[in-house]
Parts: sequence; C-alpha cells; structure tokens
Amino acid sequence: MKNPYLPTPMRIERVVVETEDKNIKTFSLSFLHKEDEANFKYVPGQFAELSVLGKGEAPFGMASSPTQTGRLEFTVNKMGLVTTELHSMEPGETIGIRGPLGNGYPVEALEGKDIVVIGGGFGFSTLRALTNFMLDKRNRSRFGDITVIYGARNPGLLLYKEELPEWAKRDDLQLYVTVDRGDEDWKGKVGVVPVIAKEAAPRADNAYALVCGPPIMIKFTLPVVQELGFSPERVLLSLEMRMKCGLGKCGRCNIGNKYVCRDGPVFTLAQLNHLPAEY
Amino acid sequence: MKAKVIKKDDIAGFLDSLLKEYEVFAPVKRDRLVVFDRIHSGKEAFLNYTTSITSPKEILLPQSETLFTYSSTDSAADVEVPSGEERPRLIFGIHPCDVKSLIFLDRIFNEEEYKDAYYLGRRHAMVVVSMGCIKPRATCFCTSVGGGPFSTEGSDLLLIDIGDEYIVQVISDKGEKLLGKAHLEDAGEDRLSLMKRVTQDAEASMAPKLNIDGLKEKLDKMFDDPIWDLLAEKCISCGVCTYLCPTCYCFDIVDETRNSGGERLRLWDSCQFPLFTLQASGENPRPTTKERYRQRIMHKFSYLIDNCGQIGCVGCGRCVTECPVNLDIRQVLTAISNR
Repeated sequence: MKNPYLPTPMRIERVVVETEDKNIKTFSLSFLHKEDEANFKYVPGQFAELSVLGKGEAPFGMASSPTQTGRLEFTVNKMGLVTTELHSMEPGETIGIRGPLGNGYPVEALEGKDIVVIGGGFGFSTLRALTNFMLDKRNRSRFGDITVIYGARNPGLLLYKEELPEWAKRDDLQLYVTVDRGDEDWKGKVGVVPVIAKEAAPRADNAYALVCGPPIMIKFTLPVVQELGFSPERVLLSLEMRMKCGLGKCGRCNIGNKYVCRDGPVFTLAQLNHLPAEY
Repeated sequence: MKAKVIKKDDIAGFLDSLLKEYEVFAPVKRDRLVVFDRIHSGKEAFLNYTTSITSPKEILLPQSETLFTYSSTDSAADVEVPSGEERPRLIFGIHPCDVKSLIFLDRIFNEEEYKDAYYLGRRHAMVVVSMGCIKPRATCFCTSVGGGPFSTEGSDLLLIDIGDEYIVQVISDKGEKLLGKAHLEDAGEDRLSLMKRVTQDAEASMAPKLNIDGLKEKLDKMFDDPIWDLLAEKCISCGVCTYLCPTCYCFDIVDETRNSGGERLRLWDSCQFPLFTLQASGENPRPTTKERYRQRIMHKFSYLIDNCGQIGCVGCGRCVTECPVNLDIRQVLTAISNR
C-alpha cells in the first residue's frame, strides 16, 4: 500500500492573479512524472494537500475539472504560512501534492437532474470544477438545465474572469453573476447571492442545489433554496475545516462522528441536519 | 490455560535472553518516575510499580516521529522515509489496561481503509508480556470500561506477582514460543490457589464500578446540553490528559528545516488546545474549553463507537491523577449518566 503521507511532485505551469487585491491566485500544475498523473483520478469536489517542503501542507479543492487532462488547478487565498509561500512561487517551481482526498460531488446522483450551482467568493472553486465538468462535450447531455449563481463582495473579487464571459455566451447554461457592491464600470447585477438566487427562482423539482461560500452566505441561502422547494436531501454543501492528515486520523475536522476530510467535504443538508452545529 | 512459574530473581536473566532477539521495552525508573523505555539490560526493568506516569503508547506512536526527510526544500528533490525497525519489539511488564490501549490503537492505525506503515513497522511481530495489577490504584477504573486488572486480552504472556515468584500464564502460541528455552517449572496447585487469592484480593480492592450504562445514548442527545458549561468550567486547556492518555492519538504534521534540508514530522497534538482547530481565516469551531472538553468526551465515548466500535478509554486513571485542576473523568461520566 502506498504511503499516504508522501507528496508527489508537480511543476507550476501558470499562475493567474484572480483578484484586484492580488490575494487570490490560481495555480495550474502538471505532474513531474507521467505515472503519477495516471494515479490521480478525481471527481469534482475532491481536494488535495499541497505541500511546500519546509513550510508544510494545506488543503485545497481542485478548481479544475477532471475532463481537462494534464493540468490540475488550485485557487489559493493568501492567508497563512503555506499559502503565503505559494503566492511567492513562480512558474517552473515545484510543489508537492497528496490526494485526491475526500468524497467529492456525487456526480452519478446528479445525472439526469437540473443543477443549480450557488457559490460565493472564494468558495466557488470546486463549483467551478463541477460546472466545467458538466459543460464538457462528453458530459453535457447527462445533465438537465444548469443554473449558476455566483457572487463576490465587489467586481474586483470575482474569480475566473476569463471564463465567466465564455459561460455567459452559452445557451445551455443560465449564468447570474452578482456583486454585493458595484463600481462605476460594473454593468452586471448588484445584490447578495441569496437575493439573486430567490429572483432567479430555478425550478426545484428534479433538481439539486449545490451551495458553497462564506458562512454568512450559507446562512441566508439555505432558507431560500428550501423555500424554492429543494428538499434537504437535494441540497449539497461543501465544507471547510482545519485539516492536517486529510485521512480521518489527526482529529481536527470532525463534525460529530463525521470527518470533513474523509466523509466529506460534500454533505447533503439532510446529513448536516443530523450532525451537531459545530462548524 | 498453561501456567508456569518464574522466580523474581530470575527475571533479569530472562530479559537478558530476550534482549538477544528483541528490542525490549519495560517500565524503568527515571527521576523517581516510572516510564516505559527501551532497556539494554534485564536489571533496568522496574516491575514493582502501579501505573507508569506516561503511557506506553509512545512505543507505537512516538511523541515526535519523522515521516520523511528532505535534502532540499525544492519539492522536486527526492524525499526519504526512515527505514523500519530491524528487530521485533517486545513490551514487558505492561498492565492490562495499557495492553487494551494497544488493541485500541490497532483499530485506528491498522484498519481496512488505512494502514499506517510507520505504526505497523513497530507493531508488526510485537510480543506483549503483561503483568496483572495486584495493587490497583484508587483512581483505576478499568472494570468500568470493559477491562480488568488481570485481563489477558492482547497479551502473549501474563505475569502475576505471588510474592517471591511470578505465575506466568501462557496466553498465545507466541507466548509459548517465548518461553521455549527458559524451561520454567509448572505452577502447580498450591501456587495457583495462592494466585487465585491474590487476584481476588486485588479485584475486591478496586473502587466500585461506575454506573455508566447507556452513556452513549445519553451523550448522543446531549450535544447542546448546558451541562458542558459546568463540566468544562475548571479546565485550563493544558492538554495533560491527552498527552498521558494511552488512547489519545490526535497529531500534528510540521516541517522542520535545518540549513537546506529537514524533515516532516508527525507530533502528538491535543484537541484541548485552542489552536488545534483554528483556521487561517480566524474561524474556530471549538473556541472555548466547553467545545473542546465536549469534543474529548464525545470522541471517546460516542464518536469512536460509531466509527470503530470501541470507546477511547481503558480506565488507567492517568488523567485523573495528573489533572492540575482535579477534573475527574469518572465524576464527569457519572454526572452525564445521571442527567
């Protein structure tokens, strides 16, 4: 059995500064060894531990879709020791990776359903991965209508600025991009995510809602999706916790008897309703 | 069950013979305290002890261990995993409660989905020679959590002190093999009846069993109970209970660099520390002693039952004797049960 603590080396191919404040960057990585790539099979919503020798590890959801081969993408907010070090790194440098970890989105259960993606801020990265997964030519017919509602505090904090206009052009995706506060140049929607979700009012019969974002957004979005008719079994959330091992052992990320790293990070609202509210 | 006898005076010689084949760990005296450590001579073993101050879990889970070393902080560089142990390990003179903790740890680090190579390297082929407790301490409560002062579970041999000699109960084939060359005399009727008296006296001297039937069912409905404020009020988050606990296994992973290279370490950590769950964003799901103490009790007596069918307590009493504010887990469990 492979030692799960050993990182696999990856080369930084491209770094995109996502936000105006330069605090969020997306790193595009390729495996140094081909055989490692073949072993890294993941589904959208899974995560990995990125490792910088001498600094340590931190967990990040894959922001890329597994349909895009050869590259893994991670969107990293500069926050602590490891992320600050990552932000100082350039294309050509090497970092380590352990994973894929966690359960990911239940792609098979989502097949044949309408999908409503609701994301806020930095929490959008794995929802972006899922959206690109569903939009892939080989997959699009497996899913019903796709609605994406995505918001940030201001236009400068929106992620994936190259990609959003491409999505907007498509006729097989309803896209709502919103900001809490606009500026002179902002022509799009203004309003917090739950309000826009209520306006958009996607149909809930035969649909799943996937929600990820800051706690305050989750708090006000959950009542909206339930009002729209999504049952707790059809609302999926991706959670974040402090983690070390990513293997359900080190003891940090449990909510009741469930480990976010191993049993999650994706849970249905129905599951969370049965767990203590300690997250 | 086969029972042999060995003179106390012959123990050091027996250990010396085992040292040829095994890395032997035994209770030893260090600065007046009894701890488990590797011995190099049979004379070092100190068997006339009640409960060692630290638990023998560190033989399987060192407080600090190297996951791998790196020669350079460039992640393209090869990392090296330390080579495993050459000789099998043998633990001598460990009490049944601590043996129970080894079985507990096996179910955490050697499960179907997760095999910890570091742990298994030490645990693989390990021989356990335990020693019954003829003088349980007032803080011992093994019988309340499924153990007993003479429990043979997990042992290969069990020694019982009957004065100038030990009865040697042969529990497993491994134990039988270990005795192979020692040519010990059979215990015989007289010594066995003496042993029976010794064990009965010890069992009778144990504090009454805690009345904690149905504890898990209670706990599962008590997450939001105000009792946690009260129970955790004394706790000062020092973490000594978790460090001394033979079943606490939470850990941290940290890089330590010297010059250009270094090592990635796995270190004991504690759910009682405020930083344990603190996220870089400033969020902390367990910000006060209330949430952290609740986590300790819930993990040990509820979550672990759900996840691997066992509780995380062997009743050794170390957390009771060493807690600086006398937060007594026996009283806590009783208070919960009476709720």
